[in-house]
Amino acid sequence: MLDQRMNSPVAAAVELFSLTRKFGDLTAVDRVSLTIEQGEIFGLIGPNGAGKSTLIRMLTTLLPPTSGTASIAGYDIVSQPAQVRRRIGYVPQLLSADGSLTGYENMLLSARLYGVSRKDRAERIPRALARMGLTEAADHLVGHYSGGMIRRLEIAQSLLHRPTVLFLDEPTVGLDPGARETVWERVLELRDRFQRTMIVTSHHMDEVEQFCDRIALIDHGRIIAVGTAAELKARVGPGATLDDVFLRLVSATGEAEKEGSYGEVRRARRAARDHG
Amino acid sequence: MARSGEHAAPPATTAERAVSQALSDFLTQTLAVAAAEVQKLRHDPLELFTRAVQPVLWLMLFGEVMARVRGVAPGNIPYLDFLAAGILAQSALFVAIFYGISAIWERDLGVLQRYLVSPAPRSALVVGKALSAGVRGLSQAVIVYVLALLLGVGIDLSPLSILGVAAAIVLGSGLFATLSLIIACIVKTRERFMGIGQVLTMPIFFASNAIYPLSLMPVWLRVVSHVNPLTYEVDVLRTLMLSKGVSDYGLWLDFAILAAVTAVLVAIAARMYRRMGY
Repeated sequence: MLDQRMNSPVAAAVELFSLTRKFGDLTAVDRVSLTIEQGEIFGLIGPNGAGKSTLIRMLTTLLPPTSGTASIAGYDIVSQPAQVRRRIGYVPQLLSADGSLTGYENMLLSARLYGVSRKDRAERIPRALARMGLTEAADHLVGHYSGGMIRRLEIAQSLLHRPTVLFLDEPTVGLDPGARETVWERVLELRDRFQRTMIVTSHHMDEVEQFCDRIALIDHGRIIAVGTAAELKARVGPGATLDDVFLRLVSATGEAEKEGSYGEVRRARRAARDHG
Repeated sequence: MARSGEHAAPPATTAERAVSQALSDFLTQTLAVAAAEVQKLRHDPLELFTRAVQPVLWLMLFGEVMARVRGVAPGNIPYLDFLAAGILAQSALFVAIFYGISAIWERDLGVLQRYLVSPAPRSALVVGKALSAGVRGLSQAVIVYVLALLLGVGIDLSPLSILGVAAAIVLGSGLFATLSLIIACIVKTRERFMGIGQVLTMPIFFASNAIYPLSLMPVWLRVVSHVNPLTYEVDVLRTLMLSKGVSDYGLWLDFAILAAVTAVLVAIAARMYRRMGY
């Protein structure tokens, strides 16, 4: 049955079924159900501590759900994590490229971990590095790269095994406008040329509005609105911006009192520093 | 019968192929992790030299003084020779036992997530890390060998002996690095890890045959030393590294114990490694 669903052309890339994660008394993600179609760029927005990262960590099999489940390309994240991992790429918010290796060595490590054959490695790695504008820097240590170069390398690393779904957690955090632009250009190209599905979190409303096909606004672990940017704005009123949507809907469900734990802040700032 | 046989045959070959594919993937993934470690060492070889300081101090300060005490080393082995094998084990142990800190470092940075979202079995990642520690252990061995030769230690340089020493170093380093990884998965912060690492190093080193034979120990300590895997690693090293070396327990038993303990630790670490992603 699962196979049928996967083979059918209209199969959803990602489906969430009442996905829930609790940390003690805190419900970080609360019964989220959602369907994301193939080839969609899907944006997740919401205040710090709303549950965006927890949601992504569950979908990428890093964190088991407390209840509910989700399927990616027809495979269940709880019962078939290995199958799911083969079909996803993940660019975490934190620095995931190894600074003490060169760009090429980072690519090689990823390709080998994903079981990309030697023949495919020889073909894909130079091509991916070229597409990301990293050919000249391929043999330099990543520790000497700029933030934008690291992000592009990380995206290239996450694509070597040709994943069906790519997760990008705050891909442009700490990048200057030029580098942000380049990252988004690559993301759009991936969708238009290869029909990859992408799930993106961001705090930049302008980016989300410009590049995402649909957007979900998350607060207190729940999806409080989902739709295209135009649909979301129409809910608030004429002339509203996505910032207005964010402020109005989030405050309507209560003050965002959690600004993220100390540990989260420390990690986010460190990531921002390392990328900057 | 024949019909059902025809039907049964293809799935069996498919299964066999799947198993051999899984094995070859496991090997590639394990070696990928270890290869990254070798590349890191090549980019920053300075660490190898700073790591050389400790064995030099042990052999030249502690060793030279203790060599004047009669009857420490058993039989006709000079104390410095006896000590050289122990210091080899020690320098590999010190590298391995703090290996978990690099896992915590990778977790804090985010590099670890890249490993954990990959389809590589967690056991392949853990064995890869163990092998990486083995690579570092081998680099320590080169230093100790050169040093021991300079100090006139009677070293067995036959290829087979060197191969055996290398195997014991890789296995021993992998064992203690995996233990270290388990601790890292539990404590998760560098500060707590450093405290535990210090506390562990002392008993593992001193409650073993690394710098004195078990025969000098009180009975209770001898019992502790017998369950300490380092004792068996040292036994291999002392037997194969020294031209006059004799094994106390037999090399097969030594290797069997090291391999069994490593296997158990890898199984535990593979179950715990995923928790580093939480």
